[in-house]
Amino acid sequence: MAIEVRIPTILRTYTDGAKQVEGTGSTLDELINDLEQRHGGLRARLLDDAGLRRFVNVYLNDEDVRFLAGLQTQVKDGDTVTVLPAVAGGAG
Amino acid sequence: MLTITRELRDHIVAHARKDHPDEACGILAGPAGTDRPTRFIPMTNAARSPTFYEFDSTEQFQVWREMDDVGEEPVVIYHSHTATEAYPSRTDIGLAAEPGAHYVLVSTRDEDQTEFRSYRIVDGDVTEEPVAVVE
Repeated sequence: MAIEVRIPTILRTYTDGAKQVEGTGSTLDELINDLEQRHGGLRARLLDDAGLRRFVNVYLNDEDVRFLAGLQTQVKDGDTVTVLPAVAGGAG
Repeated sequence: MLTITRELRDHIVAHARKDHPDEACGILAGPAGTDRPTRFIPMTNAARSPTFYEFDSTEQFQVWREMDDVGEEPVVIYHSHTATEAYPSRTDIGLAAEPGAHYVLVSTRDEDQTEFRSYRIVDGDVTEEPVAVVE
């Protein structure tokens, strides 16, 4: 068993087009580092120096990890992590 | 080119008018691969602002999962500008993350006339496209 990670269209260049990939770890941070081993470049699209990027949404099962423990959110085999780019913009 | 029914276009314009002077936002879903929008899904602007919009992240997840379950995709992503023209701002371009979507912008700055325009935004490049309204 592993953790299933759903990848949005715009990031599939890092997963050879795969819509979902698998990874391991006990926290979201560890999971992202594990994914980075096989999908180089993905980490930098999800994180910046301050942590999760402001306009990238990451969900554990059906909950936004910002409402959980962010990068320190505990994950386990059988969980599903979904990445969705935020939909945002405006006249500015 | 974006092909859209008059009914769906009117829903978008009505949503933009209703939320004015805040920006309104939402999507039109359609069967994956068809490029034809069929379902109007207004979204909450979590920013509730006249100059910014952002989908509520939890609502977005639910809508995206629902589309996935029934084989749909976001064919159109729309939002309004309430004091400026219906052209993507630098913010719109920088944050556009659905290269396959038609980005529709509506301007409600004029009370009597609504601008309704559509764009592709890919890797920071904006291309306007014609809009064909069908019955």
